[in-house]
Amino acid sequence: MAAESGKIDPMHQFEVQSITDLFTVGGQQIAFTNSALWMVITLGVLWAFMMGGMRRQLVPGRWQAAVEGVTGFIENMMVTNIGPQGRKFVPYVFSLFMFILFANILGLLPLGVVGVHPFTVTSHLTITGVLAIVSFGIVLAVGFAKHGLHFFSLFVPHGAPWWMLPILIPVEFVSFMVRPFSLALRLFVAMTAGHILLKVLAGFVINGMNADAAWVAPIVSLPSFILMIGISALELLVAAIQAYVFALLTSLYLNDAVNLH
Amino acid sequence: MPQIAQIAETFGSQFFWLFLTFGLIYLVIGRGMVPKISGTVEARDRRIADDLAAAERARTEADAREEAYRTQTEANRAEALKLTQAAKQDAARQTEARVKAADAETNVRVADAEARIRTAADAAMADIETVAAEAAQDMVAKLSGANVSRERAAEAVRVALANG
Repeated sequence: MAAESGKIDPMHQFEVQSITDLFTVGGQQIAFTNSALWMVITLGVLWAFMMGGMRRQLVPGRWQAAVEGVTGFIENMMVTNIGPQGRKFVPYVFSLFMFILFANILGLLPLGVVGVHPFTVTSHLTITGVLAIVSFGIVLAVGFAKHGLHFFSLFVPHGAPWWMLPILIPVEFVSFMVRPFSLALRLFVAMTAGHILLKVLAGFVINGMNADAAWVAPIVSLPSFILMIGISALELLVAAIQAYVFALLTSLYLNDAVNLH
Repeated sequence: MPQIAQIAETFGSQFFWLFLTFGLIYLVIGRGMVPKISGTVEARDRRIADDLAAAERARTEADAREEAYRTQTEANRAEALKLTQAAKQDAARQTEARVKAADAETNVRVADAEARIRTAADAAMADIETVAAEAAQDMVAKLSGANVSRERAAEAVRVALANG
């Protein structure tokens, strides 16, 4: 990308480019961007995947078994972490997990080979931030709705001596308030770093091939290419792990809200 | 870093499209499809559990039936054994009675026969005495010419027989 200027910019892939300007709300231009396109593609692919699970046969085929496996996985996680009350949150956590997972993996697809530039929706702080704030907001809403002001006892650790409380309560409060930031930053940073690394290595491969000296290609390009293969596999793993971590932490935070300590 | 450099100009459309797509995912997929899929799984699990329970019930029933059958068979066998023994005892008793009756009858007939034999022997003895007396009378008449009365001949025969 951006090879016109002769140098490869690993950050170019994160640029949001408008495809069609739609309308303006309060001075903000709402446009159909490449980011929006990949969100819509994520929605479409996820919907297509889920349709395979809607055959509702008694003996599931492979596809149906895969879909049932994922829903069962999330349901299991919620029941294990929260208990039977956790079933209420399965739709939200499932949507969160699948949206992040599909966005991560779609952003990794090697579509650049055919000239389409994939865009990783989850490498944007605006997206991960909103998802984190929604999760945190649900935790707060559930906590206060269920326990009222008693929810603040979350900041009082069990069995702590009373004279420690002036120190512990601020610490607990800060660690609680940091949750949405850590949630948002973890995903954003993991996706961004992985994609930058891949792009830098790809730049090494291309620049090595284009070098004037003939010895540069086997010494720089080949090892970089081999490394890229490994990192790509690692990134696929990270894509799944980050989606899982986001969903798992959301369920743990929800557990705090539902069951307090 | 475009994510931060562009944040002011793009957050509107990012939020808009995220709310749209994630909202659709939550409503259509999370709320619409996921419960149906877990419903299918649950229905299947329930059906499997029901089938297993039915199989277990059938097995228990079969066990109970077999037990009842065995008990019944044993009772029948005991009953048959009792009947057989009773019949055997009955038969033995009847045989004994019949043997006893036959024994008694035989005794009666033996005694009867003995009596008849004795009578016949006595009669024969009497006949022998008569014949012997007549023979003695004839012999005396032939040898000596004396006529011996029948009574004396009989007397002599009785003495000779008694000495005999």
